[in-house]
Amino acid sequence: MSVIGGEGMPIEVLLVEDSPGDVRLTKEAFRDANRSIHLHVAFDGVEAMAFLRREGVHAHAPRPDLILLDLNLPKMDGREVLAHIKEDDSLKTIPTVILTTSSAEADIVKSYQLQANCYLTKPVQLDAFESLVKSINDFWLTKVKLPQQESKP
Amino acid sequence: MPIKVLLVEDSPGDVRLTQEVLRRTNNSIHLLVASDGVEAMALLRNEKGNMLAPRPDLILLDLNLPKMDGRELLALIKADASLKTIPTVILTTSDLEEDVAKSYQLHANCYLSKPVQLDKFEGLVKSINDFWLTEVRLPQQGAVA
Repeated sequence: MSVIGGEGMPIEVLLVEDSPGDVRLTKEAFRDANRSIHLHVAFDGVEAMAFLRREGVHAHAPRPDLILLDLNLPKMDGREVLAHIKEDDSLKTIPTVILTTSSAEADIVKSYQLQANCYLTKPVQLDAFESLVKSINDFWLTKVKLPQQESKP
Repeated sequence: MPIKVLLVEDSPGDVRLTQEVLRRTNNSIHLLVASDGVEAMALLRNEKGNMLAPRPDLILLDLNLPKMDGRELLALIKADASLKTIPTVILTTSDLEEDVAKSYQLHANCYLSKPVQLDKFEGLVKSINDFWLTEVRLPQQGAVA
């Protein structure tokens, strides 16, 4: 029985984010917070779905333990990605955390209606952003019981 | 604006501990307690027309409850258009994989297993406040489709 993040077991995190600056910040902040994390990045909603469905070049992608999802993405926006994830029986149990610049109430409500696990607004200041990523790690990757990986069919 | 938290928990000891830790950690919290699933549902649906029982901002939900268990309550909450946006955190003694998987299938927002040790339990409750009531953007009251 594998323990997520236990000895030799990496934690797989999918970051869906189109801003290269934010990708880099997030990568660095996670690396500082937790050396067991494998961070995968999809730059738009189409790539995110291909990764999750293990299509094409992503045929051997690991199933993420956690998804961090921006809302405003090219090709397929995050709201649509969220809807697809939470309607798919094989994907919906993956905790999906909205991590976006938007603090619009309409976006917050809509995300929870679509069953986002939680909604976080990205701070503008660098140190506050790093602190938020650390909070995500501390709560979701050390305290929360995440669903175990299903065995491959 | 107080933050309204509904704790659905049948163990009086755990209720008291949780109350004390939350009060110490955040004095903006207004904690409501239901000791079984039926009481919780009545409170959530405001069945008694009770003006003192407002919609909670966060639900902490034990799984093993009398009358209506937490799994059934979770399913009802997440199937209800007006209740499903309330973040619902499972806080239970069970660490069974089937309970974890089932809870996420029913769209629990997250699952936390209660530690046995007192100081760890307090630490967990504090972290619920620090994450859900400080960092997370919660849906506004009344902002429903």
